[in-house]
Amino acid sequence: MEDLIDQYDLVLQAFWLTIQLAVLSGLVSLVVGTLLAAMRVGPVWVLRSAATTYVTLVRNTPLLLVFVFVFVAAPNLGWFVDTPFLVKGVIAVSVYTSAFVCEAVRSGVNAVPLGQAEAARAVGLTFGQTMGSIVLPQAYRASVPPLASVLIAMTKNTSIAAVFGLAELTFRMRYFSNNSADDTSIFLAFAVLYIVLVELISVGAIGLERRWRAAR
Amino acid sequence: MSSVLFETPGPRTRARHRIYTVVTGVVLLGIAVWFLLVLDDNGELAYELWEPFLTPAYIEVLWQGLLDTLAMAASAVLFAVVLGAVLGAGKLSDHRALRVPCWLIVEFFRAVPLLLLIIFLFLGPLRLSPYWSVVIGLTLYNGAVLAEIFRAGVLAVPKGQAEAAYALGMRKTQVMVQIQLPQAVKIMIPAIISQCVVALKDTSLGFYVLAPGLTTVGRRIWIEFGNQFQTAVVLSAIYIACNLALAALATWVQRKYVGEKRLVVPTIGVAAGKAAGDLP
Repeated sequence: MEDLIDQYDLVLQAFWLTIQLAVLSGLVSLVVGTLLAAMRVGPVWVLRSAATTYVTLVRNTPLLLVFVFVFVAAPNLGWFVDTPFLVKGVIAVSVYTSAFVCEAVRSGVNAVPLGQAEAARAVGLTFGQTMGSIVLPQAYRASVPPLASVLIAMTKNTSIAAVFGLAELTFRMRYFSNNSADDTSIFLAFAVLYIVLVELISVGAIGLERRWRAAR
Repeated sequence: MSSVLFETPGPRTRARHRIYTVVTGVVLLGIAVWFLLVLDDNGELAYELWEPFLTPAYIEVLWQGLLDTLAMAASAVLFAVVLGAVLGAGKLSDHRALRVPCWLIVEFFRAVPLLLLIIFLFLGPLRLSPYWSVVIGLTLYNGAVLAEIFRAGVLAVPKGQAEAAYALGMRKTQVMVQIQLPQAVKIMIPAIISQCVVALKDTSLGFYVLAPGLTTVGRRIWIEFGNQFQTAVVLSAIYIACNLALAALATWVQRKYVGEKRLVVPTIGVAAGKAAGDLP
């Protein structure tokens, strides 16, 4: 434990890197995942099957192999050779998480009853009004809990970046464990840092849910 | 096809959609061709780089890796089902002294990254072998997730079943074991199979502690031949094939034995979560 206190700057740097990884990948995968979901629920057949294929392939591949593609295999193709590690980590985590975000958003859209949109059209709302005031607000609400679980899992998944040399929390935990006999308290200290991040996301999700709760 | 997002398209919209289909199809095809050209330019399509995966000796090595991976995943899931049942029953207990610790354990292992746990088991006071670090790590994590599935499964059994059993004079344990559990297991099985997919994917983390398994075998192959890209493609294909088989099994079981009913498992702290097993 003294090691941690003596070298608290290393721990804080690692924590900051984990936060950066989580926030950046979270933003990228929310955008990409929403686009994929739009493709999957849209009327164009080619886009639908392309997005479905992407989701099926990525969801069944371990994240570690996505990291292998980005960090180990891509340089053979001349890609990502001089890219900073953080960017590569964000790319790997986002490629993987987008597929899950897509499914969460899609489940939200599918949770809106068909009658809502039909009623909106029947009273003469335009397509934009139907989407903006009827369908999407309900879809957002329904996708908050699954999106929160996806983001929580993603935050934990950023730990895999440690395997490929990003000095984030898990990497530092291994570093400190290697240099100290006091493994258990080191493990607990790092676990608590992750739990703080996870709880922040879940508190945020509960807040959003409460705020957007629809009277039904 | 009508959906909440758009009306069943008429003839003009269908014509417009056909144009979109052709245009996007051409663009996607272009991207695929361009990617193949990039691969070819860098010599990644060369036969020598793919050859190991057609050589019996290396297929055997990969097969052994696959068996190790499957053994790790299967034993972890088996242990996790037991642990999950114990923790889940504990969370349902009437005694606070049992409920609170079980709740704490479940929340802790669900919130801590699996890799952190595996490293702790590997380097920490227990100093487990790489194989057991992965198996025990997977057991603790999946056990915590399965505890939630177990709890949700028991709670999904209609309340009248337990009430009727109490009215007949059964004890708490009898009600749980003879009445609630057999009905809950039926609803839980698809969720448990989906959890197997998660466990199977997570065995890849053995890479970091050099546990036996596909990813570690893969590393040995790509260090020997310098065919990182090809190895990653082959390993992904193996994982995808196994996981799709499991997913098909889960769907089949759901359709044959469970029907429309789906388990809703709460995620950490979030009130209503989606079905377990759909998590990254």
